[in-house]
Amino acid sequence: MYDEKKLEEIKMKREDWEKNHREKAIAKFPERKEEFKTSSEIEIKPIYTPEDVKGIDYLEKLGFPGEYPYTRGVQPTMYRGRFWTMRQYAGYGTAEESNKRFKYLLEQGQTGLSVAFDLPTQIGYDSDHPMAEGEVGKVGVAIDSLYDMEILFDGIPLDKVSTSMTINAPAAILLAMYIAVAEKQGVSPDKLNGTIQNDILKEYVARGTYIFPTGPSMRLITNIFEYCSKYVPKWNTISISGYHMREAGATAVQEVAFTLANAIAYVDAAIKAGLDVDEFAPRISFFFSAHNDLFEEVAKFRAARRMWAKIMKERFGAKDPRSMMMRFHTQTAGSTLTAQQPDNNIIRVTIQALAAVLGGTQSLHTNSRDEALALPTEDSVRIALRTQQIIAYESGVCDTPDPLAGSYYVEYLTDEIEKRAFEYIKKIDELGGAVKAIDLGYMQREIQESAYRYQMEIESGKRIIVGLNKFQMEEEPPKNLLKVDPQVEIVQREKIKKVKEMRDNARVEKALKALKKAAEGDDNLMPWILDAVREYATLGEITDVLRSVFGEYQQQIIF
Amino acid sequence: MERPIRVLVAKPGLDGHDRGAKVIARALRDAGMEVIYTGLRQTPEQIVEAAIQEDVDVVALSILSGAHNTLFPKITKLLKERGAEDILVIGGGVIPEEDIPFLKEHGIAEIFTPGTPTSAVIEYIKANVKRLAKK
Repeated sequence: MYDEKKLEEIKMKREDWEKNHREKAIAKFPERKEEFKTSSEIEIKPIYTPEDVKGIDYLEKLGFPGEYPYTRGVQPTMYRGRFWTMRQYAGYGTAEESNKRFKYLLEQGQTGLSVAFDLPTQIGYDSDHPMAEGEVGKVGVAIDSLYDMEILFDGIPLDKVSTSMTINAPAAILLAMYIAVAEKQGVSPDKLNGTIQNDILKEYVARGTYIFPTGPSMRLITNIFEYCSKYVPKWNTISISGYHMREAGATAVQEVAFTLANAIAYVDAAIKAGLDVDEFAPRISFFFSAHNDLFEEVAKFRAARRMWAKIMKERFGAKDPRSMMMRFHTQTAGSTLTAQQPDNNIIRVTIQALAAVLGGTQSLHTNSRDEALALPTEDSVRIALRTQQIIAYESGVCDTPDPLAGSYYVEYLTDEIEKRAFEYIKKIDELGGAVKAIDLGYMQREIQESAYRYQMEIESGKRIIVGLNKFQMEEEPPKNLLKVDPQVEIVQREKIKKVKEMRDNARVEKALKALKKAAEGDDNLMPWILDAVREYATLGEITDVLRSVFGEYQQQIIF
Repeated sequence: MERPIRVLVAKPGLDGHDRGAKVIARALRDAGMEVIYTGLRQTPEQIVEAAIQEDVDVVALSILSGAHNTLFPKITKLLKERGAEDILVIGGGVIPEEDIPFLKEHGIAEIFTPGTPTSAVIEYIKANVKRLAKK
């Protein structure tokens, strides 16, 4: 971007500045720290100048929004056209309660739904299973059968909203339930908009809601890719997630690297299953975290987009530009929130949300101030949503795409993150790919190292967390926390009983048998699951059939 | 010479958030304790069985899903039934302040909430471990 002569002059002037100004200043007033580093251990120089971006070919590495390599965003107008989707993850207790919260959020101006399921649902246990004890309705809504799903979306027209569902191991079953509810509303599957997380690999690495071993899990995922490309073409069939790995302690570089390594594994699996890359890749979406280190985070999003475009084009030979566009959801980083002085969390969330917007996210969840204490209350959720609305309507950052492009520092960081993340991907390739690396515990170990280092930095005071290890104060224990009614478990059990009485059990039996047979062969399982769901087979019954054929994943214990 | 303190770090319930459990496990190990980590999704029965089999002095429970009021007391009850109530049981995770008295009444010696430094847990264990003193 600069000619050689000019760069030479800049270099001379910079060296002069370092010697005559900076060093003298330091002699009088030392800098705050011996060394400055980003969360990914990227050393931060005393100053960034055109020298740090001299290798950047603008057209090749940045280009224009909506054009390869999408560094500056996936749409030509970005937020000048329309803001990101404001999507608060919600759901708790029964389907009835969650339905009420969804309607409240839609009334408050939220533009998409995001369903949180309780843990038994995520692991394929009905609410009356012994393993479900104490967990029903706790971290999300309990869904046992189509009956609950009908209540969850009652009065919400599924052709008008887009719905994101955080569901992985049993994603095929919940998607089938969603399709079945739509059918009952008279909405055909090709009108449905939304996302299932469906990213099992990061469950093995970090989030923990796996059921089946890696092989059958990958099959279920490619089955969904194939089915949706034919019948639910607007559905995002997977949301490949760095979020939970980041929450488990990964650095920004690790987040990008491991997410893309997992993405490569899914694309490989689908191609191996006989799918054409441009048939399913346009429906792949991503999910990242937004942390506090503002510039590193913006650089991370930009680097991730550029890397994905390159991977799809060069590694997989994709032709359709949509296969190369990384569209992603972002959530602010729950793990950065403190139980101490919880109102401070509003400010943290604001900074993180700003990073996501400056990074060009397609949708955003902002965490609530009380999430380190309990499930968020309605008031807290509203403030979190208002935070997004203030950034959108008042801050002015949405008026031009990728406003930080050209910052010497941000471009340098973007390059550096890309370089380091590709090094990780190379290492994972050498180990035999992401599935193998996970089986070996490689990603898990790397993330744990980072998590431990982060904790020790806080304990040694090297890393300051306001209100936690500095600026503490005496506090009253927080009040008005949301509590899930323990009756939920009983209510759900009764509903299961009722469903089992009301449905045609002979037809359920038949559908489950047919599913078992299909699972033992190589058929796409989606139609069989859909049949069972329509007959009101429960989530647990369907999962048990698959467990009996596929077995269960055994966790690697590493610490 | 005194033998090292043996600790079982356990995750009851279904939540997969084990960052805290693993950081604690490693910090206790670095502090010279012998640490066994159960992994995810352990039933109260499995945890108690492991505690007795491994002859531990401390059981450190971690839970972030909100199921603590159901699962923690079940574990202390089972330990008592097996005659192992001298094992020090502590807990951590996203646990509201108002639940702590209930848990303490049910035999959980101490609850550590988010933001607790690992050093505080280490010191607490060293000061309160009962079994070692008895042996």
